[in-house]
Amino acid sequence: MTPDALSALERAGFSRRGFLKGAGALIVGYSAGGGGMIQAQNSGPPYPAVPLNQVDSWVVIGRDERITVYSGKCEFGQGFSTVQYQLIAEELSVPFDRISLIFCDTARTPDQGVTSGSQSHFAEFGPNGLRQALATARAALFQKASERLNVPMDELTVQDGMISVTADPAKQVSYGSLVAGGRFNLTLDARAQPKNPAEYRILGDSVWRHDLPEKVTGQFEYVQNVRVPGMLHGKAVRPPVVGAKVVSVDQNSVRGLSGNVRVVVKNDFVGVVADKEWQAIKAAQTLRVTWSQGVTLPNQDEFYDYMRRQPTRDAYVVRAPDVDDMLKQAKSVVSATYLHPYQMHGSLASSCAVADVKGTGASGTATIWSATQGVYPQRDSVAVVIGIPRENIRVIFVEGSGCYGINGADTVSYDAALLSQAVGKPVRVQLTRRDEMVAGENYGPAYVSDLKAGVDDRGQIIAWDYEAWTLSKGGRPNANNPGNIITGALVGLPTPPIVPAAGNSPNNFNNGGNAASSYGAGCVGATCSGTGTIRSERALTHTIQSPFYTGPLRSPNRLQNTFAHESFMDEVAASVKADPVEYRLRHLSDARLIDVVNAAAQAANWETRPSPKPGNSRTGVVSGRGIACVLYEGDNGYCALVAEVEVDQASGIITVKRLVASQDSGPISNPDGMRNQMEGGALQGMSRALREEVRWNDERIISADWRTYNIARFGEYLPIVETVLVNRLDVPQMGAGECTITVVAAAIGNAVYDATGGRLRQVPFTTARVLAALRARPS
Amino acid sequence: MAEFSLKVNGRSHKVDVDPETPLLFVLMEDLRLNGPKFGCGLSQCGSCTVLLDGEPIRSCQFPTSDAAGLDILTIEGLGTTENPHPIQTAFIEEQAVQCGFCISGIMLYGKTYIDKNPNATREQIIDSLNGLLCRCYTHTRMIRALERYARGLRA
Repeated sequence: MTPDALSALERAGFSRRGFLKGAGALIVGYSAGGGGMIQAQNSGPPYPAVPLNQVDSWVVIGRDERITVYSGKCEFGQGFSTVQYQLIAEELSVPFDRISLIFCDTARTPDQGVTSGSQSHFAEFGPNGLRQALATARAALFQKASERLNVPMDELTVQDGMISVTADPAKQVSYGSLVAGGRFNLTLDARAQPKNPAEYRILGDSVWRHDLPEKVTGQFEYVQNVRVPGMLHGKAVRPPVVGAKVVSVDQNSVRGLSGNVRVVVKNDFVGVVADKEWQAIKAAQTLRVTWSQGVTLPNQDEFYDYMRRQPTRDAYVVRAPDVDDMLKQAKSVVSATYLHPYQMHGSLASSCAVADVKGTGASGTATIWSATQGVYPQRDSVAVVIGIPRENIRVIFVEGSGCYGINGADTVSYDAALLSQAVGKPVRVQLTRRDEMVAGENYGPAYVSDLKAGVDDRGQIIAWDYEAWTLSKGGRPNANNPGNIITGALVGLPTPPIVPAAGNSPNNFNNGGNAASSYGAGCVGATCSGTGTIRSERALTHTIQSPFYTGPLRSPNRLQNTFAHESFMDEVAASVKADPVEYRLRHLSDARLIDVVNAAAQAANWETRPSPKPGNSRTGVVSGRGIACVLYEGDNGYCALVAEVEVDQASGIITVKRLVASQDSGPISNPDGMRNQMEGGALQGMSRALREEVRWNDERIISADWRTYNIARFGEYLPIVETVLVNRLDVPQMGAGECTITVVAAAIGNAVYDATGGRLRQVPFTTARVLAALRARPS
Repeated sequence: MAEFSLKVNGRSHKVDVDPETPLLFVLMEDLRLNGPKFGCGLSQCGSCTVLLDGEPIRSCQFPTSDAAGLDILTIEGLGTTENPHPIQTAFIEEQAVQCGFCISGIMLYGKTYIDKNPNATREQIIDSLNGLLCRCYTHTRMIRALERYARGLRA
């Protein structure tokens, strides 16, 4: 099919099914050459900086009309690269098959930090991102065309990369001929107008994902499939218990093994290298290492109490001075404590990286193929680990399995770099399942949340007091903190400790962690920017030293805080016998949050009445419904979720029957893509709420595989998942990947309360905890 | 090390490996295939699934010596982007992938069951995937894709 035919299909509204090249073939009209593959097209190190503010860093137009775009935001399986194609096609009016998109390669792409946190839309559609670069380029092309064709710019139109005089289309000039293979030499211009979302024809459409055909046919190259000529295979040998140090390594213990086994030791980092992966696995299993004793871990059965007793670093998000007074004045005070465990990213693939390091010091060089969320911070931190200047290091992003935050991708990149440097050959390392779970990833931290609300004689909440404890150790690695992940610490780089500090009253309202509930007015000084009406609110978070590495797991801290707030709101509603939806609306002021609550409730046929459901028996199987809502991190996505559950009161088994999720993220780039993320977030949230908890004994983590870290799997009851999208064209784009997961646990807990009258306050909702909640019901 | 003849996706290959090497490593390294993948190495997730004489096995713990001479099929052997298998087309039409790493398990277990049971109900299809993992939780769409494939067989 020719580009013209593809464009005609698109104009006729066929783009939702993508473009099929030939009958039945799957190529959706995109060009080859996805982001960050192995061919290095540039000259080698030192790699010059790619300035963020230059159009030429983002867009190159060839004489052959090819558009090559470079971006610092990458594809993780969440569908963002398809959105980038749509954005390019929309802003430049070019067909997909003329676009080459290259992302996240420190030698070639602008530094947009980390791809995470539902920030990609903000960044890419913001003043310093791809959209502004494209708008600047388009304005410049129109300027050039105006000069070439000798007509004012407002008399020109563009289609398929061809600018023509509107009144006389035969007078036309192509992008390629205007740019003549040269550079724009322009800074991103804030005055350049991106397209108005109301005029979108490609964005806003459910264009098929460009990467799916290769993924379903096994042709896609994940980082686990990277093959570099001469590559050897490495495996890490991690401490068997937390905090153990190397006493001695018996290199002779692997002497008889095949595969040219080499042993690498650097402080407490131990690894082996062999010709083939199976040989490296055998060597790692056979190598005898004598380790010191480790540390004694706090007892998990008493861990939440332990958390309350540690020195803390405090932070207030909001701190109205009259909270205590209002609580005293209240007709009634409701209080509750919520508990949330450490949880894992639990990436399906154990993390993998390939490194090709040559030498050390000022003349050393390195290329690393990594599934890291941040190629630039990884480059800068690896520089410290291997002692090679950052200008000589190239980190190329290659997609791994879904990561949902900091899985082992950065730590295994260090492993590969250290081994490659030691043996002078390219080395591939893929962690074992155990190492990924026990000594690879940074967990989502545990939470203890105390809530108190004061209610007046009309049943209105007049005070909301939140105090939470959580933990931290390490996090994303960067140049200043290369020891933020396990391999960095093993090799001797420090992990900064949590320094106890009192919390100051905030200067402005920043609810990035959702520590303030949706029902607070968010007043700091004279400005109120929360989503609710309760002015007397306080949100205090204590952070203590974590015994285990922690990091941002999908909806970091926001999920744990929202579990507490949204469960508690339900408890207050029940205490005044109010319907949970109506009670929320009574305390919300943000129209967009109100709309998504109503949208989810309506789609779920919400029955207006207080919880628990009247008429439910106290024995047998009963059903109920619950709702939760949030403005993700205070400014990045509005969503709500209704959960319908059945509870078997004899066994304590919760069966989630239906999840109805609504979301407003501003102008929707790809509706089907957004639904895909919402559905995945809903079910991943269900797994985390019902099943997931990192477990340990007095010396090590015991959650080391899929039996001991239990997640929801195929074969179990699959709830119906419905999604309701709210599309707003007159506001900025917001993120879409982390909102739904944030509200699942509370919605399910609230539904269990509605069904049974038993209240769940501890995640995961195991059968034992359900039965305990049932026993604790007032008779 | 010993020599084996492996028949993979219809073609014969001679490999020289330790007989105990799990088949997955030979497929990935020696034959440079991307379809079956290492997720856990413990037969717990299904990412490494291949068909051996038409039946799904976990190649991450299956000794290469036991696979010699038998028909091995990976998802590459089902079809290509230019010439996809109907089940692959079904996954595209339902956009039933997020990261895609789990795909070999879901596709090959699903195909094997539905080919024998084209009238399978939704519950039976879900059951046929018992134990498989998809951490992105694309379950909803994957079941729809398999149902679409089954409808195509019945048509």
